[in-house]
Amino acid sequence: MHVSLTPAAARHVEKSLAKRGSGIGLRLAVKTSGCSGFAYALEFVDTVNPDDHCFDNHGTKVIVDAKSLAMLDGTELDFVREGLNEGFKFNNPNAKANCGCGESFAV
Amino acid sequence: MALLQIAEPGRAVAPHQHRLAAGIDLGTTNSLVATVQSAVTRALPDEAGRNLLPSVVRYLPEGGTVVGHEAQASQAEDPQNTIVSVKRFMGRSLSDLSEATGLPYRFTDGAGMVGIQTAAGERSPVQVSADILSALRVRAEASLGGPLAGVVITVPAYFDDAQRQATKDAARLAGLTVLRLLNEPTAAAIAYGLDKAAEGTFVVYDLGGGTFDVSVLRLTRGIFEVLSTGGDSALGGDDFDRAIAEWFCARHGIAGVAALAPVAQRTLLTAARAAKEALSSHESTSLALSRTEGDALQAILSRAEFARLGAPLIARTLSATKRALRDARLSTADITGVVLVGGSTRMPIARSAVKDHFGVEPLADIDPDQVVALGAAMQADVLAGNGSGDGWLLLDVCPLSLGIETMGGLVEKIIPRNSTLPTARAQEFTTFKDGQTAMTLHVVQGEREAVADCRSLARFELRGIPPAVAGAVHVRVSFQIDADGLLSVTAREQGTGIEAHIEVKPTYGLGDTQIAAMLQDAIGASAADMQLRALREAQLDARRLLDATETALQEDGALLSETEMGTIRQALFAVADRLETEAPVTELREATSALSAATDAFAARRMNASIQHALAGRSMDSLA
Repeated sequence: MHVSLTPAAARHVEKSLAKRGSGIGLRLAVKTSGCSGFAYALEFVDTVNPDDHCFDNHGTKVIVDAKSLAMLDGTELDFVREGLNEGFKFNNPNAKANCGCGESFAV
Repeated sequence: MALLQIAEPGRAVAPHQHRLAAGIDLGTTNSLVATVQSAVTRALPDEAGRNLLPSVVRYLPEGGTVVGHEAQASQAEDPQNTIVSVKRFMGRSLSDLSEATGLPYRFTDGAGMVGIQTAAGERSPVQVSADILSALRVRAEASLGGPLAGVVITVPAYFDDAQRQATKDAARLAGLTVLRLLNEPTAAAIAYGLDKAAEGTFVVYDLGGGTFDVSVLRLTRGIFEVLSTGGDSALGGDDFDRAIAEWFCARHGIAGVAALAPVAQRTLLTAARAAKEALSSHESTSLALSRTEGDALQAILSRAEFARLGAPLIARTLSATKRALRDARLSTADITGVVLVGGSTRMPIARSAVKDHFGVEPLADIDPDQVVALGAAMQADVLAGNGSGDGWLLLDVCPLSLGIETMGGLVEKIIPRNSTLPTARAQEFTTFKDGQTAMTLHVVQGEREAVADCRSLARFELRGIPPAVAGAVHVRVSFQIDADGLLSVTAREQGTGIEAHIEVKPTYGLGDTQIAAMLQDAIGASAADMQLRALREAQLDARRLLDATETALQEDGALLSETEMGTIRQALFAVADRLETEAPVTELREATSALSAATDAFAARRMNASIQHALAGRSMDSLA
C-alpha cells in the first residue's frame, strides 16, 4: 500500500505549509460525491486520526484514512502548471473513468 | 483535468460546487482581478507575473484592440487612439467634462454620454471599459480553469447612478455577470477588517489614479458600519502628473501642457508619472522631453519641489477628509486607524500628510494597489455561494432611513440610515380607532420627522383586520432589504395572520446629490422637527382621549349627574377647540390633562358599575 508525491508536489506542499504557519502534512481523501461517484479532497493536516496511514515522501508527510487508501493505493500526486492555472493532479491507477471535468472519478 | 488546491481541514469543496468568482478593481489608472482559492485570497497575475493591468486601451485602424501594458507603451506615439483614464468619462456627457480641453482625444457628444472618435470608429466609455474587463475576464478564466460564475466590481463611493449603471453595462458587454457593485473603501475595509479582526473607527483614505475617496467606517467584530463618505471624483494621481507637467512647461516657457502637440503631451505626462514614482524612493529625479522641433528639454525635480507642487492637491484631500469626519460627528482623536488605498498613497507626501493629520501611522500592510480587489474577491466568493457559512456579508448601507407614516403625519423610522444590507427589522403597530378594519401603510424614506418632508416610496393597505377596540390589534410591520437593495414591506395582523405585502426599490431615482440634499435638510431642520413631533404627539393623545370620552358618555352617560356631565362636556369642548385651532403644544396638553382629570371620577364609577353588573345575581359562595 502506497501513496506518493512527485518532487514538485512535495515542494509545493512544503511551501504551502510554511506559508500557513502550522500543520503537519497533507491529507488525501476520497469522498463520495461528484458526477462520477467519487471525488478527491486535499486538505492540510492538523490532527492525525487512529485509522490514518502516514506516508513519507521527500520529507513531506502524506496522510490517508483507511477507507480512502483502498481507492488511492498506488496513486501519485503531481503538481503541474497548465497555462495560467496550476494545481495538484491525481494519477490514480484505480480510477477507471474520470468525469469530463476531472474533479470526480469512478473505480 | 481540473487541478486541485489544498484546503483547510474540513473545508474541501465538493466537485462542481465551487463556483468561480472574482473581484475586479476597475481603476482609473490600473485594474486588477483577484479571487479566493481554498481560503486564500490573491490577485491573479498575467503570463509575465504582473498583477496590475493598466486601464489603457488602444484601437488600431484595422479593427484590432490592444489592452494593458502594450497599449500603455504606445500612448506617446498614438495618443488619439490610446484611451487612458476612461473611468473619468463613465456616465458623463461632454458638458460634464471640464478637463476635456486638456486631453488629446477627439470627443463627440454621444447620446447621454461622451463618445471618443478612434481609428476603429467611435467608442463610448462603456465599450472601452468593457475591453478592459474582457482582458481581466480572459486572465481570470485562464487562471481558474473555467468560466466565471460572477464578479464583484468596485466603484468609487461617489459614483452616481449613471456612472454605476455605465459600469454594469460595461460588465455585461464584457460577458460578465455582476454579483454586485461594491464601494471601493468598503472593499478595502473587508480586506483589512476580516484579515485582522480589527475593531474601532477607521478612515479609508483612497487616493487612486483619478479619484479620491474618503470613508469613515466603524468595524466591530466583522460588522462594518459606514458612518460617512466623502471625496472628490476629479482628484487623483493623474493630477500630480499634470502638476509636474505644468511645472515643467512653466520652466521652459511653454504656455501649458495643452499648448503642446498631442504626442508631446503624452510623452510629457508619461515622463511626469515616472518622475513622481521615482520620487517615492529617491530624493530627486530628472525628466526630459524631446520635441519634434528637434530640441530636447530637461529638468531636475526634487522631492521638496514636488511636495510644494502637490501641496494644494494634498490639502484638497485633507479638507474632504475633515468634511467626512464632521459628517460622522467625529474628531481625529476618535479615529483608531487610517487605511491607505490606491497607488498614489505610496507618495511620501501623501503618507506624511495623513500621518500628521491623524497622529497615527497609517495602515498599509496590504498592497495599496491590491487591497480593493482582494476585498472584492472575498465578497464575490461569499456572494457566489462559496462561503463557509460564517455569515459575514457586508454589502452596502441604506443611505437614508426607511419608515412608515403613523397617525398625525409623522414618520416612524424602522430601518435607520446607514444600516448594513441586507437587513430586516420589524415593529408592532396597532389600530387607532375602535372597530378599525383596515390600515394604510405608507412607506417613506428620509431623515425628517414629518412625512411631508420625506420621500414617499409606496403605499399599501392591510384589510380584513377583525374589529376590536383601539389598541387591541397587533400589526407587525416588517421591513426587509435584500442584498440588491430591494425593499419589501410586510404587514401581518398577529391574531388572524392576514398579511399584505409590497416591494419597492428605494434608491430608484434618488441620486447621490438628492440623498446629500435630504440629509443636509434633516440636519438643518432637526429642532423644528422635534417641535413638530411634540405637537403631533400631543394632538394624537388629545384625539384618543376625546374618542374614548365620547364613547364612554354614550354608553354610561346615565351614571353622571347633570352638573358632572356639564363639567366633562366643557373640558371636552376645550380640547376639541384647541385641536381645531392647532393651538400650541402647552395649551393643548393643559386642556388634555384637564379633561383627563374631569373624567377620573367618571371612569372609577364606570368601573364599579361594570363590576357590580358582572357580580349581580351571584352568591358569595360562587365567587370564592
